[in-house]
Amino acid sequence: MNLPNITRYNNTAITLHWLVALLIFAAFPLGVYMHELSLSPTKLQLYSYHKWIGITVLLLAVQRVVWRATHTPPALPDNLPRWQKIASHATHQLLYVLLFVVPLSGWLMSSAKGYKTVWLGILQLPDLVSKNKTLGELLSNVHASLNYLLLALVVLHIAAVLKHRLIDRDDVMTRMLPIGDRK
Amino acid sequence: MNILKYIPVCGLILACSDVLALEFKQVQANESSVTFSYKQMGVPMEGKFNKFTAQLAFDPAKVAAAQARIDINVASIDTGSMEANDEVVGKLWFNAKTYPAASFVSTGLKALGGNRYEATGKLSIKGRTLEMKAPVTFQAAGNRGAFDGSFTLKRLDFAIGEGEWTDIGTVANEIQIKFHLVVNAALSKK
Repeated sequence: MNLPNITRYNNTAITLHWLVALLIFAAFPLGVYMHELSLSPTKLQLYSYHKWIGITVLLLAVQRVVWRATHTPPALPDNLPRWQKIASHATHQLLYVLLFVVPLSGWLMSSAKGYKTVWLGILQLPDLVSKNKTLGELLSNVHASLNYLLLALVVLHIAAVLKHRLIDRDDVMTRMLPIGDRK
Repeated sequence: MNILKYIPVCGLILACSDVLALEFKQVQANESSVTFSYKQMGVPMEGKFNKFTAQLAFDPAKVAAAQARIDINVASIDTGSMEANDEVVGKLWFNAKTYPAASFVSTGLKALGGNRYEATGKLSIKGRTLEMKAPVTFQAAGNRGAFDGSFTLKRLDFAIGEGEWTDIGTVANEIQIKFHLVVNAALSKK
């Protein structure tokens, strides 16, 4: 690539990244917490909020992929070992995939369990599968497993950022920061 | 199926309606249904009651004399999820132990023209009784007829959902009830 000047993600990419991060950090613990609750208005509300957040992530994920397809992200440092570059790309690609399949599996699970998804209480999404108890339980497991995979990758993602910051002392972290030491 | 023999005869002999009338009164429970729908956090939900009995007496020629009574076993509710089924039979919702049945007893039927009628009656749920009106259609083919009607009740009028469940922002107050009753006719002498 002949674009040595790109050292930071642009504002759109930074905004999308942090918005999605914030929503995932809200939806994940919410999902873990809410399904243990006994039935109450609070539980019904939390389920709805969780589903609204999930669909929002799905919509933002579409925009992130569009951004990624139409822009070149800043290159990784030249001196980075080849295996780390490969690991970085693989992690990012898998994270992008999960931004889609985690909300989708939740939406499908909801349909299979007989609950429609109405985004923000306004927009009713179609049921992509019909009510089916066995499928609902299967998708519930799929949704949970995908989320733990997402958790593992987010931990890896953050660990890599800290490694770049504290060990390599390069600018890999700052290129995605909305504020801070810009070059 | 004896009745079928009489129908063409009645068609030919115009005066026969003075002698014989088709009265729809044999409710076919397994073909009938009582369902409900409501909104929960803006999400449309549906459910049904699996067990109910209905007694009907309806002669299209004597609408004002029509009578109907529906008794619903509230514990037979199916909201679509086990968790909710267990919850709604409890004290805060239907309190099915103390009030095992909900009933509708007609007090009148008015012809609105065509196959449309308006039923009025007393709806009793959880020890509370309120006057209700429901538009009803009746369609008959030979000796089989079907009543279809729906009305909307406000659950808090019957204390369905007490305590924290009085929050109608989560589970809406308006519950739409739909009934579909299949009724066979028997000949009765006037």
